[in-house]
Amino acid sequence: MLHNYVLHVYNDDVRSSTAFAHTEQTQVAIRVHDLVKRYDALTAVDRVSFEVSSGEVFGFLGPNGAGKTTTINILTGLARSDGGEVWIGGLNCTSNTKRAQHLLGVVPDESNLYPELSGFQNLCFCGALYGMRRVARETRARELLSDFDLAGAADRKFAAYSRGMKRRLTIAAGIMHHPPILFLDEPTTGIDVASARQVRQLISEMNQAGTTIFLTTHYIEEAERLCNRVAFIVDGRIVREDTVTQLMRQVEGLHIVEVSLNSGSSEVVGLVSREFPDLRVEKVSDAQLRLVSARPIRAGAVVVFLESAGLEVTEARQVRPSLEDVFVSVTGLAVQEMKRERERMSGGGVAG
Amino acid sequence: MRYCIPFWNILVKDIRSYYLKPPNISWGIVFPLAWTGMFFVRSGGGLDNVLSLLPGVVALAILFGTTSVLAVTVTFEKKGRSFERLLLAPIPLELLMLAKTSGAILFGVINAFVPILLASFITDIAATNWGILFPTVLLIAMASTFLGLFIAVSVSEVFEAQTFSNFVRFPMIFLCGLFFPIAMLPTFLQPLAYALPVTYGVDVLHGAFDGTSVLSLPLNLAILSIYCVVLFMLSLMNVRRRWIL
Repeated sequence: MLHNYVLHVYNDDVRSSTAFAHTEQTQVAIRVHDLVKRYDALTAVDRVSFEVSSGEVFGFLGPNGAGKTTTINILTGLARSDGGEVWIGGLNCTSNTKRAQHLLGVVPDESNLYPELSGFQNLCFCGALYGMRRVARETRARELLSDFDLAGAADRKFAAYSRGMKRRLTIAAGIMHHPPILFLDEPTTGIDVASARQVRQLISEMNQAGTTIFLTTHYIEEAERLCNRVAFIVDGRIVREDTVTQLMRQVEGLHIVEVSLNSGSSEVVGLVSREFPDLRVEKVSDAQLRLVSARPIRAGAVVVFLESAGLEVTEARQVRPSLEDVFVSVTGLAVQEMKRERERMSGGGVAG
Repeated sequence: MRYCIPFWNILVKDIRSYYLKPPNISWGIVFPLAWTGMFFVRSGGGLDNVLSLLPGVVALAILFGTTSVLAVTVTFEKKGRSFERLLLAPIPLELLMLAKTSGAILFGVINAFVPILLASFITDIAATNWGILFPTVLLIAMASTFLGLFIAVSVSEVFEAQTFSNFVRFPMIFLCGLFFPIAMLPTFLQPLAYALPVTYGVDVLHGAFDGTSVLSLPLNLAILSIYCVVLFMLSLMNVRRRWIL
């Protein structure tokens, strides 16, 4: 169990700023207004505005290249904006970047600890960067290694860790200094299912302990499980922002059936659409279809039709509408595109 | 006081991870000694020559000791994104870069005294002006380190850092008056010699060891100091411009 996520700061000068948890400003942990970032002709972040309340898990979702990491980089001080303003815990980040960084824990999309240092040394070093004294950082490092199930590998070099272990240690490094706000960029990307499940459990526990979490992920199902609120970003713009509960209402009455075929056919979508005009037919791949309707779907009839058209159906199953369906309907991204996105990000998965 | 903990820990980590490793010791100590040995044999002189070669070998030991690892490791950390961890820490960039370079400066200073110690066994160095030698060694170490830093933050790839640093370092061996006076260089190369920071360091070292410096001590030290400040500021500017996009 993770514990003791109280606001704990080691430098006197930031104590006043980090006391925000006890003031009215604490209601808003992150406030972003009209944020703009350009790279030559490309506008990577286009007038993005949102707020993240204290103690909330906020999901920032979008396809690859949508502007998620750029936004995180600006919020954490790794990039400069070309317009707009960012406040972290009531501090204006443009003028107080270094003070605001005391409040932040950052877990980048790639594990970036020092390969030559052991797990324990890495955590101690990260604590030292935030001014933690030796006894405090060693105690904290041992506590986190135990919480993250890495105590047995504490003295092993980071380079020798498995991907899942690296990810867990990187998350532990992000919270070494007890940050009240934690940025998690694709925390489960590239790790095995069991590790991904463990990481999600850790995220929940950190949030329950009071940490505000800003999460970006390709796995929309993951966001659905973890987030209170999400924003969808496409091409640098936020296209929708709401609570997960509210967003899910949009797809509450939908019926979805996924049909798998033995072999692919490029014309199958057209065939089914013509035969069943009341269904929305989406192509997941050449060998997989997704049928969506506001009314119950007669899967048997579809299977019979496909078989009679010479296609062999291997599976037809009803699936529950998910946040991904909301994402697809809001962003206009095709199901097939979403699948490709997921496949591009190796391993991981959200099973479990 | 509040920044002492991060500063000290960055310094200690770099020393442990990079400066106490065999490749650095070979580049920083063995290589300059080998070069000096080569010049020593080539000159055909006896042990009396040691004192005139000592400023050159000290400068080489500092130059290679400071730049060989720093230029590569900073680029390597940037490439591996572990440098982001430092940029995310609530430490002013100036202090962060000083912490990153302090290990190299320290290593350069220690390196400088290896040939001096060896020379003390084979020749008389009693006439050495230690009051001049110590600050000069420190200033050469700082200038060389900041040169290495400037190279590191001006390139993107590790191989570029290696190539660029060799491109800068090797001509210095011949141009900075390390083993023969600048006056012996072709006239068109002499302005280039005076554009290089090590030239001024070597000149002071000659003054400290055998009292044969060309320029005045304050002028040499002032120019070296200016090089330190300019190279450090340019490096910071490059980090802000290229790494904090």
